[in-house]
Amino acid sequence: MQDSGVSILFKGINFQRLLGGLWVTLRIALITIGLSLALGLVFGLIMLSRRKVLRGISRAWLEIVRFMPQLVLLYMVYFGFARLFGWDLDGETSAVLVFTFWGTAEMGDLVRGAVSSIPPHQRESAEAIGLTPMQVCRHVLIPQTVRRLLPQAINLSTRIIKTTALVKMINVTEVLKVGQQIISQFYRLREAPFWVYLTIFILYFIICWPISALAGWLEKRWA
Amino acid sequence: MDTILQVRHIGKAFEHNQVLRDVSLELDEGRVLVVVGPSGCGKSTLLRCINGLEQIDSGEILLRGEVISGQRKNLHLVRQKIGMVFQSYDLFPHMRVMDNLLLGPVKALGRPKEEVRAEAERMLARVGLADKAGVYPRTLSGGQRQRVALVRAMLMQPEILLLDEITAALDPEMVSEVLNVVLDLARDGMTMVIVTHEMRFAEAVADEVVFLEDGCVVERNPPEVFFHRPETERAKRFLQSFDYAPRRRAAQPGANTAEEQSAP
Repeated sequence: MQDSGVSILFKGINFQRLLGGLWVTLRIALITIGLSLALGLVFGLIMLSRRKVLRGISRAWLEIVRFMPQLVLLYMVYFGFARLFGWDLDGETSAVLVFTFWGTAEMGDLVRGAVSSIPPHQRESAEAIGLTPMQVCRHVLIPQTVRRLLPQAINLSTRIIKTTALVKMINVTEVLKVGQQIISQFYRLREAPFWVYLTIFILYFIICWPISALAGWLEKRWA
Repeated sequence: MDTILQVRHIGKAFEHNQVLRDVSLELDEGRVLVVVGPSGCGKSTLLRCINGLEQIDSGEILLRGEVISGQRKNLHLVRQKIGMVFQSYDLFPHMRVMDNLLLGPVKALGRPKEEVRAEAERMLARVGLADKAGVYPRTLSGGQRQRVALVRAMLMQPEILLLDEITAALDPEMVSEVLNVVLDLARDGMTMVIVTHEMRFAEAVADEVVFLEDGCVVERNPPEVFFHRPETERAKRFLQSFDYAPRRRAAQPGANTAEEQSAP
């Protein structure tokens, strides 16, 4: 029987396999996002520290992480560390490690930016109405920081989700890898790659677009 | 009359820059002290020292006979008695006008919300902003924001109000709407220390004028003396800098104010 176009996706359990791959992607992304946001808050505060040494080190980390392609980092951890230290890291763990290393630095920089973008007069005028330092933070500084931070943190989350596609390169069977398996199953069919990749594109879109729209909505609301 | 505020021989330096040198003044209840002087003379720093935003290096500051300078721990208790309004319109942008007003009295003083709300509504009406309680500050003009900031400071029922060039960042047409509110407060007997560049307003509102230059008190006089018969040369020169000689008559001999204007 001649297979054609989009129908190959619904042959057997192909579509479920794609969704399964997508779940692997999402699982890595969600763990990474959770860790990055939490650690990034701490890292951001370190970046704002009064100590020059701490600021210097954190700045250096951020620069290194930004210059380094994530794929190189992934290879370094998955292949490099495994051989060097004899670690037996599976692909998912390596991916979470590497992406968290990166996401924490980026989130930290967002925290730093959000906190330092609040004009010093905000703190002073809150102090001038007799609020305690704790009250100043709670009612004036933190709410404003969150408003600046949240839309950007959400955008970072979509970047993390997209970046997880790289884990295919370290033998994790995520959505892209499943897609390629399906394509090779129908290697005689000219349209197969197009339909498979289009489907993957749509799946990513369905996940990232609402998140991105939420960020935009929050940004507009809190402008 | 009771003396509320005493500033005794205070000094303050930032790095190697001596901003205040041996400044002393005192203020009686219900009086208005206006501080004038060239940019960078230490006027704003003086106000910031009084409510503890800056720590002084020497001297002391007393509020109703109690030393308030030199402590760091309970500054917020001192600031509850000393209101301050700044040059930048510094309302909290994430709160509606009414929440801006309620924050201090409710959280810092622990007063019942409904009581403060009623008072806030009365005061908003008094400054002509009765319909603005529910809006966010970004929808207000600079002049409106400064009036809200004044109300916010007044709702703390402070013993003294410090105003730090509150009209300096405003468009000219909004200056008077803010200064009229201040004049109104002065008539009600609010004790105030005002730093301003608006000389006509200073003359109208002041009970006493302090002229500060290079961190020193150069002259202290009632406004009718300071603005019309200043005793010191430096004050004279400062006041002349606000006069402009008409351009077309400047060529006439004896028009030396114009020469002073153009001198480097």
